[in-house]
Amino acid sequence: MSRLRIEASTPLCLLQDAGRFGVRHLGVTQGGSADWCSMSWANWLLGNGLDVPVIEITLGGFTVIAEDDCLLALAGANLGAQIDGQPLAPWCSFKLSKGQKLQFTQPLLGARAYLAAPGGFEAPKVLGSSATVVREELGGLDGMGLPLVKGATLSYRGESLLVREVPLGLRPDLKSTAPLDLVLGAQIGEFSGQSLFDVFNSAWMLDSRADRMGIRLLGKALQYQGQPMISEGIPLGAVQVPPDGQPIVLLNDRQTIGGYPRLGALTPLALARLAQCLPGAQVRLRPVVQDAAHREHLEYLQRFLSS
Amino acid sequence: MNPRVEVVALDCLMLRLFDEIAEANMPWMLAASERLRAAFGKQLIDLVPSYTTLMVHYDLTALSPNQARELIAEALIDLSPNARAAGQCHVLPVWYDLSVGPELSLLAERSGLALAEVIRRHSAREYQVFALGFAPGFAFMGLVEEVLAAPRLNTPRKKVAAGSVGIAERQTAAYPVVSPGGWNLIGRTPAKLFDRDRDGYSLMQPGDTVRFEAVSHAEFINLGGDDTPLEVQA
Repeated sequence: MSRLRIEASTPLCLLQDAGRFGVRHLGVTQGGSADWCSMSWANWLLGNGLDVPVIEITLGGFTVIAEDDCLLALAGANLGAQIDGQPLAPWCSFKLSKGQKLQFTQPLLGARAYLAAPGGFEAPKVLGSSATVVREELGGLDGMGLPLVKGATLSYRGESLLVREVPLGLRPDLKSTAPLDLVLGAQIGEFSGQSLFDVFNSAWMLDSRADRMGIRLLGKALQYQGQPMISEGIPLGAVQVPPDGQPIVLLNDRQTIGGYPRLGALTPLALARLAQCLPGAQVRLRPVVQDAAHREHLEYLQRFLSS
Repeated sequence: MNPRVEVVALDCLMLRLFDEIAEANMPWMLAASERLRAAFGKQLIDLVPSYTTLMVHYDLTALSPNQARELIAEALIDLSPNARAAGQCHVLPVWYDLSVGPELSLLAERSGLALAEVIRRHSAREYQVFALGFAPGFAFMGLVEEVLAAPRLNTPRKKVAAGSVGIAERQTAAYPVVSPGGWNLIGRTPAKLFDRDRDGYSLMQPGDTVRFEAVSHAEFINLGGDDTPLEVQA
């Protein structure tokens, strides 16, 4: 077994996996890595199953010291990672020798970095998953939903010898300004014509009111003209519009049901990109046909089959 | 019933069965849930029931949107309400008291009923569990008598004690864990509503029925209840 001691952490540094499934009818949220793409790449680098537990580090402030010689992988945001002061770029696996310090300083590009270990970090499964949901007191190192804290020990049992990179052409482009694809939902026709124009023809700014439940978008107020809704299931990436007209994109830790009208839902690939945007960033939305988006998604998954 | 299937996400379809909340929906909802679980099998990631809808989250690496639609259509052929009508019936003991249910007096005032009569009426009915949501094990139940209906508090409490029983509009619920909340609180149950070590985790499942039973302070404590008065937020 190999171990890492946590020297510094924040409430935004969490053990995550792909999420908790099969229990949403009980009011239990999905949880899991907000940027599933980067989580998958971090695991891919080590030959892991793509969904085994990783560390999600949001914005930085996380430091570990190796208690054994380790081989780890890093993907997603560039949070100014350093090994004993030497810069470490994401999208590669790397060695961390006993006694060496790995430190995440500040966001240079993107918001969330994913640190993976051979075989995945050890953590109990609670309701089928190790995903940390603080609000529900589920998952994480102790199973009780606590964020990672200073003094705690991370461990893993797998082995990997491979130091390698994600090929340049396969890496997600965190600088991309391409619009985010939105699968249109059932209430789309109940918004005013002007609102429908504004949704897809203006820029939306990420509000600072953003967490793992949802990200608020600021822009022109949208007008819903339909009847009030009865609460219904909320999919990942749903873009709901509360009465103030400012859309909220619902993320992994969202409530399981809700009654605000929705424009639709971002595709998983669009959502992974949004999860890397910082408050103040501007995004645009683009309507997409479900079948086309489905094909694109399956094509993207092919990338993980290369080795 | 007029079933419609709507797109809600790349890998989710909404099956809309009814347009209004009604207790009579539940046998149909349960029957449709059973059929959908059987039809999708391992390709079902989650099935999220709510008052009038069932959201089907399926494995998009195994099914195309069209295949998922076809599975739903097949599952609904010759659908009939579940003969067993509902799941389990639970009896939840409740200590109705102003110290843990401060809105008892508000409901009495609004309805013109005596406190004891508010309690009697809330505990007289058998309620349907329409949906679980808001928090693990939080069951939205109804319908309470019209005369007991009351809107949510203007300012939600930052902290509602675990076990708190409340009313919002014509629904009633009990908070499984300490959480923020805006429901009108009328009492507290000692029942453990969500338990990760219990088979099925949640005491109440969609489609179950629930009756509240008034118990004395002594019984409440005997059953393991915590009588710490509610911290009413300013």
